[in-house]
Amino acid sequence: MAEEDETDEPEALGNDQKKEIANWFLTNAPSGEIQYIAKDVKSILMDDQLYDEVAAEAFPFYNKSHLLALKMPNRSTDVLITTFGELNDNNYLDPRTAQVVTVNHIKQVCTNVRPATEEELPSQYIEEFRGALDSEICKYVVEAYHNGVSAVYCIDGKDVEELHTEFKFVVVISAARHSPHNFCNGSWRSVWNLEFSDDHQKVELMGNIQVGAHYFEEGNVQLDSKNSFKNSAMFEFPEDCAVSIANMIRLHENEYMANLEASYSNLPDTTFKDLRRKLPVTRTLFPWHNTLQFGLTRDIANQLGIGK
Amino acid sequence: MKSIWAPPNSVFSYIYQTNYSRRSLEDVSEGKISSTRGVTRKGRNRQRGYRRRQTRMDAAMDLMRRISPNQNDQALTSLLSLLPHCSSDLLSQVDQPLQVLVDMQFGKEFIICEYNRDTDSYRSPFSNKYYPELEDGPLPSEDLRKLEVEANDIFAIYRDQYYEGGVSSVYMWEDDNDGGFFACFLIKKDGSKNADGRRGSLQQGAWEAIHVIEVGPEEHDIAHYRLTSTVMLSLTTDNKSSGTFNLSGSIRRQMNENLPVADGHLCNMGKMIEEIEGKLRNSVEQVYFGKTREMVCTLRPLPEGLQFKLPDN
Repeated sequence: MAEEDETDEPEALGNDQKKEIANWFLTNAPSGEIQYIAKDVKSILMDDQLYDEVAAEAFPFYNKSHLLALKMPNRSTDVLITTFGELNDNNYLDPRTAQVVTVNHIKQVCTNVRPATEEELPSQYIEEFRGALDSEICKYVVEAYHNGVSAVYCIDGKDVEELHTEFKFVVVISAARHSPHNFCNGSWRSVWNLEFSDDHQKVELMGNIQVGAHYFEEGNVQLDSKNSFKNSAMFEFPEDCAVSIANMIRLHENEYMANLEASYSNLPDTTFKDLRRKLPVTRTLFPWHNTLQFGLTRDIANQLGIGK
Repeated sequence: MKSIWAPPNSVFSYIYQTNYSRRSLEDVSEGKISSTRGVTRKGRNRQRGYRRRQTRMDAAMDLMRRISPNQNDQALTSLLSLLPHCSSDLLSQVDQPLQVLVDMQFGKEFIICEYNRDTDSYRSPFSNKYYPELEDGPLPSEDLRKLEVEANDIFAIYRDQYYEGGVSSVYMWEDDNDGGFFACFLIKKDGSKNADGRRGSLQQGAWEAIHVIEVGPEEHDIAHYRLTSTVMLSLTTDNKSSGTFNLSGSIRRQMNENLPVADGHLCNMGKMIEEIEGKLRNSVEQVYFGKTREMVCTLRPLPEGLQFKLPDN
């Protein structure tokens, strides 16, 4: 058989197409599973150079979109890998400790850490707002999450010194749990955009939460849930701003969590029932032993339109 | 019908989704396998080619187990184009979303799959004809066709009682080897609120069930039934306040029974299908959905008290 020959190469596809497909698999890996997917993709491609090219592109994208938390090289704290802290391909700012880590995306580890330079950090004025918010968010994350990691980035206007100004923050909260031996992985990602406008005396809040879970013991079942939120707070002193923003985030996330629970609770009686009932409409098991009655009434059933 | 034999046989020989084990995958990775001693070069090449194909198939099946069931379609298409030489293995081992065609003669929908396919045509269970038309498409024997017709009628009633809508098709074919036969029961239900979702609770909802039964030859009035069932489903609720909530999944289970033929094949097969469907539905709801719910609560434990008020803007 031809398919057992040594020439078992999928020549039909060009390298670009192969890369595109490989990239799709890698970037669509569930939380915590990209290394497994990578191993599969590598053995399917059977072309290490091609694989390396794809991995070099796919891993950074995946790590950033999954808000990956990595241990600092000295294992002291976690640092988040996000587009908001990205200085260049492999270097990421950790605003809390004012450090910059160098990341090996494919191994998903930090290889180096250095203090951030002055240009990489926000002004004193901004840092007061950022630091105050960061410590409120930290308190909230410790209280609400198991192993949650958070960061507050200034993504616009970091050099602002004066009043009558505008600047933008992003609050990122990431929590993941990977339990491959129990065939279960999951992640929670929240990204809260904040626009501070001194002129309008307002802080606009826009948030996106995305939650995923994968259970794959003798099967493959996944949860994918998301929601977005909008709100606004008063522009006040840094500490007051921090407290009201953190409270708002807490309320929205609690509300989201409660809705998620409600969606699960609705499954048995409504949602899942629209796919398949637990028992037939007759509420008794189907009379297989007595199907002759259906044979005799087949014409009637057809007329009633239930035998279609 | 030979081309269609492959799927059920391989379905039974590899139950990829049961017995998940990463170790088996690692053991067969390139170059780790010895014991080619005493094999001719040609044989060795063939073995190596086979092993390589096997490694790639294992990798492909692992991918299918990890990628979201919602992306099943695209994942399979991608694998088919990457591994054209494994296409028949892939098509037989990966369950695909069920499609329907219309039997023009009866004006009714029937489900198409590997089991009623010949080349690019599919046999309708109503007219017993192939669509698009096919001159010498294989047909079941007269006796089996009679059972098939009856099975389609009864199963449609069963389907309506459990699913309140949807489409079902049953196909049967002889087992050339031992005088038994195969039967395939298919159900496709669109539970979206703009389709057959009676309660209107789902933005999108799909349930697809594939039951393949291998019926052994009669021995002392007893026949052996081997059932492999797969359920693929996806449900989405979506509203402004609570956001998008999607659960998708696919699971497969097997069941074996020796049953008296006197009760009738249809009765025996039907009972098995009803039992396994109930079990699959329960385990999806209780175990699989339950595990994802548990995971979310592990990430962020549920706050005490579920009443929350947000300050007005």
